[in-house]
Amino acid sequence: MTRFLPFPRVSFCLLALWLLLNQAVTIGHVLLGCVIALVGGRFLTVLELPSTRVRRPGVLLRLLGLVAIDIIRSNLAVGRIILGFGRRQRKSGFVNIPLDMRNPYGLAMLACIITSTPGTLWVNFDAEKGLLMIHVLDLVDEAEWIRSIKQRYERHLLEIFE
Amino acid sequence: MNGIEHLPPWAAALTALLVFAGAVVTLVGSLGLLRFGTFYERVHAPTLGTTLGTVFVAAASIVCFSVLQSRPVLHEILIIGLGVVTTPIALTVLVGAARFRDTAEQSAQAHGPEGD
Repeated sequence: MTRFLPFPRVSFCLLALWLLLNQAVTIGHVLLGCVIALVGGRFLTVLELPSTRVRRPGVLLRLLGLVAIDIIRSNLAVGRIILGFGRRQRKSGFVNIPLDMRNPYGLAMLACIITSTPGTLWVNFDAEKGLLMIHVLDLVDEAEWIRSIKQRYERHLLEIFE
Repeated sequence: MNGIEHLPPWAAALTALLVFAGAVVTLVGSLGLLRFGTFYERVHAPTLGTTLGTVFVAAASIVCFSVLQSRPVLHEILIIGLGVVTTPIALTVLVGAARFRDTAEQSAQAHGPEGD
């Protein structure tokens, strides 16, 4: 944005992080936090990150809610598999998903979502072909997984980042 | 030590329940690490502990110390947030290494028995 605050959101998060860690909102800590936020923001310019805009924060909140529900559900599902309930022949395997997403921040967030959800695992993303490979613990229907990843997560992430 | 006996019964019960739930979820995840057969399946199991297990234990800590100190103690949220953001890096590196090994072994097999 400006020379002093190249990444205003990151700097704000650093300030919030500092205040949370110290559990105090005093003038001294706010000043210290501001210094850390400014210096941290300046450090990021060295990395030459591609800039992005987060559009539609409402969609972001909805996506986070959706992910929270999915994490709880898949925790239960994987727990059941581990403890051996619901005896049936379980098959795990790789699924290739063609993605439309190219934004690096969107992809990073998708990686966080897929890895945080037990039962699915980010394996590889082929940037040239736009092909994402995930590993699924309980693979019943490959097309169903492709549909659900694209519909539940990628659609929202595209709205937010592109 | 810092007045754990001053904790009202409802908060003590809630804290105990949350800690227990977190411990059970993490235990189940660790059990999965033991029970699954292949590497790719095994990587799935510990994510139980890093997601719901951590959330439960952090929630227990928030409840316990917020009640004890009569003010919101929220910095445990950072543990959850930073955990969610950093686990993909470790897991992706692990899985990448496994995939590299698999493809190397496959090409060695394709080139004949001398590549063993």
